[in-house]
Amino acid sequence: MRLEEHPILKFDRGPRVTIYFEGKPIVAYEGETVAAALHAAGVYHLSDSQEQHRPRGFFCAIGQCSSCMMVVDGMPNVKTCIVKVKDGMSVQVQRGKGDLGWSIEK
Amino acid sequence: MEHREIVVVGGGPAGLCAALQAARLGAKVLLLEGDDRLGGQLIKQTHMFFGSEKQHAGTRGVDISAMLVKELKSMDNVEIRTNAMVIGRYDDGALTVDENDEFKLIYPEKVVFATGASEKMLMFANNDLPGVYGAGAVQTLMNVFGVMPAKKVLMVGAGNIGLIVSYQLMQAGVEIAAILDAGPQIGGYLVHASKIRRAGVPILTRHSVKEAIGTDMVEAAVITQLDESWQPIEGTEKTIECDAICLAVGLSPFADLFWQAGCEMKFIPELGGHVPSRDENMETSIEGIYLAGDVGGIEEASAAMVEGYLAGLNAAVSLGYGLAEAEGLRADLKDQLNDLRSGPVGDKIRSGLAKLQDD
Ligand SMILES: Cc1cc2nc3c(=O)[nH]c(=O)nc-3n(C[C@H](O)[C@H](O)[C@H](O)COP(=O)(O)OP(=O)(O)OC[C@H]3O[C@@H](n4cnc5c(N)ncnc54)[C@H](O)[C@@H]3O)c2cc1C
Ligand code: FES
Repeated sequence: MRLEEHPILKFDRGPRVTIYFEGKPIVAYEGETVAAALHAAGVYHLSDSQEQHRPRGFFCAIGQCSSCMMVVDGMPNVKTCIVKVKDGMSVQVQRGKGDLGWSIEK
Repeated sequence: MEHREIVVVGGGPAGLCAALQAARLGAKVLLLEGDDRLGGQLIKQTHMFFGSEKQHAGTRGVDISAMLVKELKSMDNVEIRTNAMVIGRYDDGALTVDENDEFKLIYPEKVVFATGASEKMLMFANNDLPGVYGAGAVQTLMNVFGVMPAKKVLMVGAGNIGLIVSYQLMQAGVEIAAILDAGPQIGGYLVHASKIRRAGVPILTRHSVKEAIGTDMVEAAVITQLDESWQPIEGTEKTIECDAICLAVGLSPFADLFWQAGCEMKFIPELGGHVPSRDENMETSIEGIYLAGDVGGIEEASAAMVEGYLAGLNAAVSLGYGLAEAEGLRADLKDQLNDLRSGPVGDKIRSGLAKLQDD
């Protein structure tokens, strides 16, 4: 949920864009981070831990703790709390260490 | 590869003031900020600041930041680059920088690290569930992006940060289930605490979280009372419904760059953990590396600004700028720091700084 009324702050949101979370369209605004847009849309579970596969959300929101890493446009380990949304961006829950989809042999 | 006179790393209050002071004396300054906005913690602070007038008490944190940024942007011997995260410092003095996903190499003659601090974690069962957030994260979401962090929050920590963030959450329409503090007393200023209490929010001292409950995210928290030696008292557990647990249990300095550079470090709990040793000119054990602000000890924006001015001044003077006015400026800044750290509020920081001087 986004805040519209605030006693002190005024939020100037950028132009409206669409990002896709697990294929599902989500409204976002330019200038927002991926994690903030997902949070506003009620998505809190961003990745699964590597060993125990426990759900992880964000924690620090300043790019320091690595708990918000997701697969963004096919690229794993993207810290979604500091990466800004782009129109048409695809975002997926990251499970495990992530795979770049290529190897040295290829 | 670039060569620079003075590079300031971090655009919070400390870094902004370091850049300002060095530039006022005529030095050429490059300010690097990892985020896309300047201001550091200040951009999340919607409340009127405490401190003294010289450090803009009575002004909202966001507005202090805007003021500093405005002056900086008006100077032509300052270059400001955002989205520029310093990721390394090498023995030959090189800084490696990730700037808009490009890798850059910068050689400064003098560098000021003013990288601030980050939230501490707290040990309890299921503390990795989505819905357990640092207080700073909640502030960023709410005050920078205008996104409602949660519906009902359990705040852990009744220091100034816990109290202020609770109050800001209430302003945004979020319910505060309770504020817990492990200590016997509320750590923050009583003005903040009574505002919150008047609104009906319980502040429970000698309490902590034992467990977060939930499968995919936080649905409730089990809290418990603590005894004199900070141990949980069995049988006092209570379950509190909430969709977020917000941690405001202290900050620890972001000292990575000093470690990497090989600066002498000391563990000083009063200052928040490992911090670099420094002389009274804010220079570390390595010549040409200065520090300012929370990265050298968790304090306040007011002190961070003065330390910033001092570090910027000394870096510039070491390059031969401002020699005529240096003495007077330096003395005034040191007086300001002493004033800020006087009285009972400054006890902790004074004892921390004293330990830094030991041996
Ligand atoms: C809720 C809350 C309320 C507060 N209220 C008050 C108050 O009323 N009065 C008061 O005086 N103080 C207050 N403070 C404290 C004050 O905000 C901090 O002490 C102050 O911001 C510290 O300044 P700083 O410049 O050292 O660090 P920060 O403000 O944390 O800034 C550090 C900056 O460095 C950047 N950075 C970090 N690493 C790198 C890197 N490697 N490369 C490039 N950039 C980097 C960060 O992105 C950030 O912008 C409050 C703090 C909080 C959290
Ligand atoms: S939430 Fe900590 S790195 Fe993104």
